[in-house]
Amino acid sequence: MMKKLWGIWLMLPLLAWAQAQPLGDDPAVEARLKALSTELRCLVCQNQTLADSTAPLAEDLRREIRELIAKGMSDKEITEYLVARYGDFVRYRPPVKAQTMLLWVGPSVLLVGGLAGLWLALRRRNQILVDDNDEEGEEA
Amino acid sequence: MIPELGHFALILALLLATTQAGFSLVGAARGNELWMTAGVSAARGQFFFIGIGFLSLAYAFYSNDFSVLYVASNSNSALPVQYRLAALWGGHEGSMLLWATTLALWTVAVTVFSRHLPPVFKARLLGTMGLISIGFLLFILLSSNPFERLIPAAMDGRDLNPLLQDPGMVFHPPVLYMGYVGFSVAFGFAIAALLGGELSPEWARWTRTWTTVAWMFLTVGIAFGSKWAYYELGWGGWWFWDAVENASFMPWLVGTALIHSLAVTEKRDAFKLWTVLLAIFAFSLSLLGTFLVRSGVLTSVHAFATDPRRGLFILGFLALVIGGALTLFALRAPKVGLGGKFGMVSRESMLLTNNVIMVVAAGVVMLGTLYPLFLDALGLGKISVGPPYFDTVFVPVMMPAIFLMGLAIFARWKNAALPDLMTRLKWAFGVSVVVALLLPFVMGKWTPMIALGLLMAMWIITTAVVSLRDRLQKREGGMIAALIHLPRAYQGMIVAHLGVAVFIIGVTMVKGYEVEQDMRMSPGDNATVGSYSFHFDGIQDQPGPNYMAAVGHFTATRNGREVAVLEPEKRMYTVQSMPMTEAAISAGLVNDLYVSLGEPVSEQAWAVRIYIKPFVQWIWVGALMMAGGGLLAMLDPRYRRRNKTQQGDNA
Amino acid sequence: MKPAFKYLLPLAIFLVLVGFFAAGLKLDPREVPSPLIDKPAPAFRLPVLNAAGQTFSPEDMRGQVWLLNVWASWCGACREEHPVLMAMAQRGEITLVGLDYKDTDAEASGVLTQAGNPYKTVAVDADGRVGIDYGVYGVPETYVIDKAGVIRYKQIGPVTDEALHTKILPLIKGLQ
Repeated sequence: MMKKLWGIWLMLPLLAWAQAQPLGDDPAVEARLKALSTELRCLVCQNQTLADSTAPLAEDLRREIRELIAKGMSDKEITEYLVARYGDFVRYRPPVKAQTMLLWVGPSVLLVGGLAGLWLALRRRNQILVDDNDEEGEEA
Repeated sequence: MIPELGHFALILALLLATTQAGFSLVGAARGNELWMTAGVSAARGQFFFIGIGFLSLAYAFYSNDFSVLYVASNSNSALPVQYRLAALWGGHEGSMLLWATTLALWTVAVTVFSRHLPPVFKARLLGTMGLISIGFLLFILLSSNPFERLIPAAMDGRDLNPLLQDPGMVFHPPVLYMGYVGFSVAFGFAIAALLGGELSPEWARWTRTWTTVAWMFLTVGIAFGSKWAYYELGWGGWWFWDAVENASFMPWLVGTALIHSLAVTEKRDAFKLWTVLLAIFAFSLSLLGTFLVRSGVLTSVHAFATDPRRGLFILGFLALVIGGALTLFALRAPKVGLGGKFGMVSRESMLLTNNVIMVVAAGVVMLGTLYPLFLDALGLGKISVGPPYFDTVFVPVMMPAIFLMGLAIFARWKNAALPDLMTRLKWAFGVSVVVALLLPFVMGKWTPMIALGLLMAMWIITTAVVSLRDRLQKREGGMIAALIHLPRAYQGMIVAHLGVAVFIIGVTMVKGYEVEQDMRMSPGDNATVGSYSFHFDGIQDQPGPNYMAAVGHFTATRNGREVAVLEPEKRMYTVQSMPMTEAAISAGLVNDLYVSLGEPVSEQAWAVRIYIKPFVQWIWVGALMMAGGGLLAMLDPRYRRRNKTQQGDNA
Repeated sequence: MKPAFKYLLPLAIFLVLVGFFAAGLKLDPREVPSPLIDKPAPAFRLPVLNAAGQTFSPEDMRGQVWLLNVWASWCGACREEHPVLMAMAQRGEITLVGLDYKDTDAEASGVLTQAGNPYKTVAVDADGRVGIDYGVYGVPETYVIDKAGVIRYKQIGPVTDEALHTKILPLIKGLQ
């Protein structure tokens, strides 16, 4: 029964009211809000993004961001607006500054350092094994 | 009465753990066989008494004994029985008891399945595990006693956190702990070898089976947790780079490195120090994870009651165990030989390179997880390091490892020729690039990340196919028969590697092509999301065992054909008056339809979030394939019969 | 001894980590320091509770050292600090202004008539917008604002007797 009804609705464009409306008014604003709020931390939650949280403060902040978008502020300006109030803590992507240098450079340093260390160790190892005349190396 | 029995059993278990450690280690040092045998008996006795303690607590939960403080804080008489039992590890005290019980289980498994080990070696292994057990039992008895009485008894319990009232809670923690704690065996092997000063290929072979089993549990446990978060948290994510997730991911990365490193140590008697160090790291990271979760030094979605005093105890224990192990390493390392020689381009060097990358990856995860703590401790401000950071940093680190994964299975031991490898793999490389470039166009959206993800997945798949073809050409008989007769270790390797490819496909597709819509829907409304149409049939109230639910009814259709009926729920748990969102998911090989009820927005209308998540199930299928590969490799006859010096042809 | 150094490296790194962890045990990872310290208190003009037509603005407090206490009738921890605030108000050491955050007037007045009113004025921030400007993330929060209208200190969570006597009052004495 339900399915039949549903079929009829599909065929009758007159009944367009049955088409659900997106929650936000403007899909473009919603998309920007979504992208922004996945990079922001919900302050009252344990560890959740603003996009995922249903806490009242998170809802307030989403409303605030919507309005800031409507005011024509850029994503960067909106992030700065929030950082001015809550500090860098709200950003899940820490800004690059002196204190976070190690955080951002660290991965490359670890990778390059690890591989370079490995290369040196292997080279030394081969030299030593050649010097030792390969006594134990051949058979395993 | 029974709780006191349980408490007493834990005290006896502590005494026996002390006996186990003392007799085993002193017996091994003096070569006294009687003492060493006593250590084995003590280990089994310890398991018996911890088991009694565990069962006593389980019984207190089962029988709703709210005169036990821990039961009163974590259970309720209206709670269904399976969750009453799972509530045992729903809080701090019980999960520590689960930790200790799991350790005892592994210890007793070692006594049963290690008859072939030299007695002195086995005694050192059991001694080490006994020392760890002492630490945990002391911790439980001194600061986290789950049997503490509540007088007068509570009328009813405060209930298990509704978030945890889920089948995931029944399986995820025990399986995860089997993995975490299982690395203690590899750790014990490493310490025993360092104490004895001998790191032989046999040592690697013994360690390998145990490590693989623990790693399989850890893989499945993490996958369970991820799947649980996916359907339970209501916003469809599957990995959040949360501190607690990272705490389980770091030992997994190092454990994966360890498995591969052990292969080389066994086969070529090389990287011995590195392998030992990895074995120490894997378990150290498990302990570190326990510390991070328990001490409250990091915030996490896994809200456990935290207590700095307990944190201090675990930290002290951590310092003792890991610090001791690393000191022993520093003392013994200079005396360990180098082992077999191999060229700069060889399977050994590639495996070792991948090993280093895995450890670097674990280091990167650790850096991101602990960085806020570092800054805070130095008084340099508070920051958050979250998914955007990890996504940016982790993928580039892992890429070379994925590339080498395809290459290494072709490289020969000792010495491989790069030009030869390149000619053999140009077909695989060409196909991968073409698919990666073209497939996104067919799918309707091309981004560099999607192409890159597909390239990595295809590279693993095509190289595996080429490798299989090479192998099968050498064999007689039909395809299937030949496949079955390949060495188990090789089959396992291929399956696990294909699992990585399947996992990458899942991640790439869901990140690239996921569709999400927040809709306002009244009964009778239709929402079109992607190529699907969702009809909201209505909502009705339905009582659950300990909650009231509003159950929505949605019919999903595609091209006018019904494909799924979805019933998301909004539950209100009565005891803690906590609302919970139960998403409805229609899982499929190609698409998951995911509907989650938000808040009512008017008399009739509800906020409804609808996702189409392509290939998301592949993420967990991939993880299970990795674990399955481990299982296959373990079944290789090489690891079951020790006396036969049978040489398999693969690592 | 030199060649053995590299084998000590893992131990050394680990010990540094342990040091950080030990320090970390004393820290609260959830307390977020305010970036507004030593910045001018954000301006606002809000209606005053139970005084139709009256408004309050931080401008009105120029030339005085005062406390802005963010509270609400629905907030449990606010009840904890309430006696401390009452005692402070009775001693009359400092002017206390309340910011009633996301609350209804009726319920807020109810609490104040029942438990006493420590505030000189209560400004009503019904939709929590001023709260966002002040970076409020958990109620209660208390700001110390100096004569020039600059925020000098922020207490996150309830004002305890200890915090009052070791931090807030000495600071205020200095400012006055």
